[in-house]
Amino acid sequence: MNNEIKPPLWILLELTHKCPLECAYCYNQLDFASTKDAMSKEDWFRVMEQARQMGAVQLGISGGEPLLNKDIVEIVEKANDLKFYTNLITSGVGAPEGIVQKLKEAGLKTVQLGIQSHDKNTMTLITNNKSSYEEKIKFAAEVKKAGLQLIVNTCITRQNIHQIGDIIEFAEELGANYLEIANIQYYGWALKNINALLPSQEQITEARKVTNYYREQRKDMKVFFVVPDYFATRPKACMNGWGTTFLTINPDGIALPCNTANTLPLTFPNVKEYSIEEIWNESSAFNYFRGDSWMKEPCRTCDEKEKDFGGCRCQAFALTGDMNATDPVCIKSPEHGIISKKIEDSVNFSEQEIVYRNRKNSLLLMK
Amino acid sequence: MNMSTKVSINPNFQFQWEEKQDCYVLLYPEGMVQLNQSAGEILALCDGINTIDDMNKKLCDKFSVSDLTKDILSFLEEAKNRNWISYE
Repeated sequence: MNNEIKPPLWILLELTHKCPLECAYCYNQLDFASTKDAMSKEDWFRVMEQARQMGAVQLGISGGEPLLNKDIVEIVEKANDLKFYTNLITSGVGAPEGIVQKLKEAGLKTVQLGIQSHDKNTMTLITNNKSSYEEKIKFAAEVKKAGLQLIVNTCITRQNIHQIGDIIEFAEELGANYLEIANIQYYGWALKNINALLPSQEQITEARKVTNYYREQRKDMKVFFVVPDYFATRPKACMNGWGTTFLTINPDGIALPCNTANTLPLTFPNVKEYSIEEIWNESSAFNYFRGDSWMKEPCRTCDEKEKDFGGCRCQAFALTGDMNATDPVCIKSPEHGIISKKIEDSVNFSEQEIVYRNRKNSLLLMK
Repeated sequence: MNMSTKVSINPNFQFQWEEKQDCYVLLYPEGMVQLNQSAGEILALCDGINTIDDMNKKLCDKFSVSDLTKDILSFLEEAKNRNWISYE
């Protein structure tokens, strides 16, 4: 069995779950306030060495806000020495003075900067941080000045979906090499806030049309558009298949096959107790959804099971209460009605107030 | 592009030999291309110092053939279209 497991290619380090922003759709768990920053610099070095030894090549450095980790420059330097392709995923807010140039010198390749809107008020509405707009613009300028590649990530919700054209122009002004317009996926905080966030099918169709128009006009900035799976007929091939490509390590040192996997009723190993190789190849959690023997109907006999692997396990669990169930966004799922109901609710209860992702709300939700 | 052109790999990409994959790869944001042998051997010489003529000579020596100009030029054109390389 172990011989068939291909090594991970892509490692994501979540250096901390502290963040100056309070985005209503954050993918961090609702109970993130219980996560501690338990990993030392040496711990991060060790897991990078182990993963690289196995053949991993991509390294994402994320959080929370990774720039809040005081060892960030050394971590990037180490990753670069190991010949990882390094990618910093940041809010650009609260960045220490001069950090961008230092990261460039340490060998950083790419910066992914979250930009929620071209409009200050909209950005404040989404992030609940009044200084985020100015700070992000300043940060983007520093990235370009340092000669780093800039990827702008824009998460799309009802609050900004009508601004797509302006956002594309804004990303271009900032000098983005790539722009990723991602309709958010509804887990964790986003699922909590779904009635306030989910756009309508018509809005998505319109946004896609505008994106395609700009794509035709602008050839030097690549624009990606990710559709929300609520309006699809089949689930997405989450993480390219469980335990096939991707490994996240959270601030506690817990290793996960995807960023939100610890919302599932499984026990995930800690990198302080096991090597990455042991975790990847031998842990029961990483092996749990490999192959298709865990699948139920209609997945088990579906001729598309090799294509989408039954969809997202976290979504199946969050919405149906059964982590082995077919992802309910699939129209073949007997529980697809849950999705239709969610869409209907988001229209009927669209006035629902946003619960921001912050420590206070996290602690309240844990009670 | 002519025989005296010097070619460099786009600094936003990262080119390297990967032992575990037994091939050269080109890394870019959230992705990777596994290169076949000829593509890998050509890119390994795109250091901004070698001219295309130098590359041809080195590869001909290495693989004991008389001329690879056509293959090199056609690969470099493709690589340029994909934004993997740049030259003056």
